[in-house]
Amino acid sequence: MSANVPTASATTVEPTSDRPPHALSSFLRRLAREKPLGLAGGIVFVLLFVFCVLAQVIAPFDVNDTSLVRRLEAPSWNHLMGTDHLGRDVFSRVLVGGQISMIVAVLASALSVVVSVVLGMIAGYFGGRTDMITQRFVDAWMIFPDLILLIVVISVLGPGAPQTVIVLGLLYGIAGSRIVRGAVMTVREMTYTRAAQTIGASWWHILWRHILPNIAPVVILLFTARIGAVILAEAGLSFLGLGIPPPAPTWGSMLSGTGRSYMYIAPWLAIAPGLCLTVVVYSINMFGDAMRDLLDPRLRGTR
Amino acid sequence: MTALLDVRDLSVTFRTEHGPLRAVDGVSFQVARGETLAIVGESGSGKSVTALALLGLLGNAATVEGAGVMFDDCDLTALTPEAMRRIRGNRIAMVFQEPMSSLNPVLTVGEQIAEPIRLHKKASKAEALRMAAGLLEKVSIPDAAARLKEYPHQFSGGMRQRVLIAMALACQPALIVADEPTTALDVTVQAQILDLLRQLTRESGAALVLITHDLGVVARYADRVAVMYAGRIVESASVRDLFRDPRHPYTRGLMASSPRLAVEAKTAMATIAGQPPDLARLPAGCSFAPRCPDAHARCLVERPMLEVVSPGRVSACHGPA
Repeated sequence: MSANVPTASATTVEPTSDRPPHALSSFLRRLAREKPLGLAGGIVFVLLFVFCVLAQVIAPFDVNDTSLVRRLEAPSWNHLMGTDHLGRDVFSRVLVGGQISMIVAVLASALSVVVSVVLGMIAGYFGGRTDMITQRFVDAWMIFPDLILLIVVISVLGPGAPQTVIVLGLLYGIAGSRIVRGAVMTVREMTYTRAAQTIGASWWHILWRHILPNIAPVVILLFTARIGAVILAEAGLSFLGLGIPPPAPTWGSMLSGTGRSYMYIAPWLAIAPGLCLTVVVYSINMFGDAMRDLLDPRLRGTR
Repeated sequence: MTALLDVRDLSVTFRTEHGPLRAVDGVSFQVARGETLAIVGESGSGKSVTALALLGLLGNAATVEGAGVMFDDCDLTALTPEAMRRIRGNRIAMVFQEPMSSLNPVLTVGEQIAEPIRLHKKASKAEALRMAAGLLEKVSIPDAAARLKEYPHQFSGGMRQRVLIAMALACQPALIVADEPTTALDVTVQAQILDLLRQLTRESGAALVLITHDLGVVARYADRVAVMYAGRIVESASVRDLFRDPRHPYTRGLMASSPRLAVEAKTAMATIAGQPPDLARLPAGCSFAPRCPDAHARCLVERPMLEVVSPGRVSACHGPA
């Protein structure tokens, strides 16, 4: 018994970094009880994500398998979402297109959140001249309309997934740093930040251990909101022909190319990718809202 | 033996939109090892600013000047930020007046008490947490081991202040600065917390700088008192001398305006007439002159210096005309 004491206390006294295994299931139960819509959003997003990641396995047809005999067929059991003007299976194309959109969205959102947190924490915590300089930089950056900047960069570098991730990540990251900065400034003024200074904590320690956990709800919301926004932006780019180049399918290019041209005679061409976009963005936003509410430590244990 | 803390001619100036504002002006005091010094004064008299200046936590808007803050024969004002950081929480600890907001809501109480130990003593996490449990017991929190894992919102105000005291004691500092540690607490809890603070500082031999506006607290817990007014010390004496024979008219005014049960309830409470002066527009002579019942012509033009009135006590007053 006594030999077990150190290990037992080491695992139980540390609820933030190595939670006991039941913490996740109890958190999911809370999510289901208090935020059923958020849980549904999370499930839908995860399902769609898994479907898209496994697109090549699930897809019944090759995305570039054309057939003039089968062109513009309405949805049927064979072709769940019909076929396009070249006889390609829309369901397969939506899955594979979703894969590209999702990966771009998650990577670009992750990049944007890292950029926002780093810039926002530095500006918000140090204030003064540091804040002034970073904020003027952010101002200057935000003067450019997003789309113009995207078009310029893409036309210089050429279209492709890596440049789309970097441009969208920086674009949303720099704009989002304002939100993080505001949250940091609120937390910085709290007495516990000053208390952390009086116990001799370094600025790095204070930022990492005292400020970041307290702005976590904002960061989570920022991340999930960005996923939706990046998927839409990527669709917009593809719609303009500046996204991932054809023949790779993306939701944006499916909407803009065949979707728009054949909207009246084959509406499923626009409805299928459009519906997927809407569902993904809606589900991730619902999930993000719920996470923010549940993870806010100030509300923890009050209900 | 030299004093543990020797503050020499400390001044703090804030840059504001309306020009420089001198919040602390030439303050000098000493604290011996194990001694409790109370700093008393109204809001805005510079008590808290003095405390933050000691710890070097005033930030960029303030300029600290003077002949040095000697702590254990080492000038704190001359230290690099990194060296100062190693002293904070380790040799000098601070307790704030807002127990409700001084703890980080997202970290457990145990993690927060363990933090100074981990920062300064380079202890392992498990070791620091074991020490934190001991500290919680020391500040009389029952069931310490279980409460270590709780979050600050699960503690009452008095309990949180106990936690903050435990944090302050964590590295066995030589000096604790307590900035109105009981102002936000219920009266019944106030005495408990102060008794605890006194008992623990005595046990560890730490000196205490107790910032307060409550003369009752001063009389009961302090060894010596420094009375501050408009950024300056106007009188300093042992608690006994001060309460028996206050020399400065401001000290007398403060004492007269403390409520007493013995006084008939219907008589109006004594107050000091007027308002504390605007620090940006201090009068040329004595800062207290406009409110002083004994003020005379000299008080309005010549600023009184601190003068020794008897061994161990000083007062800054020209005296009655």
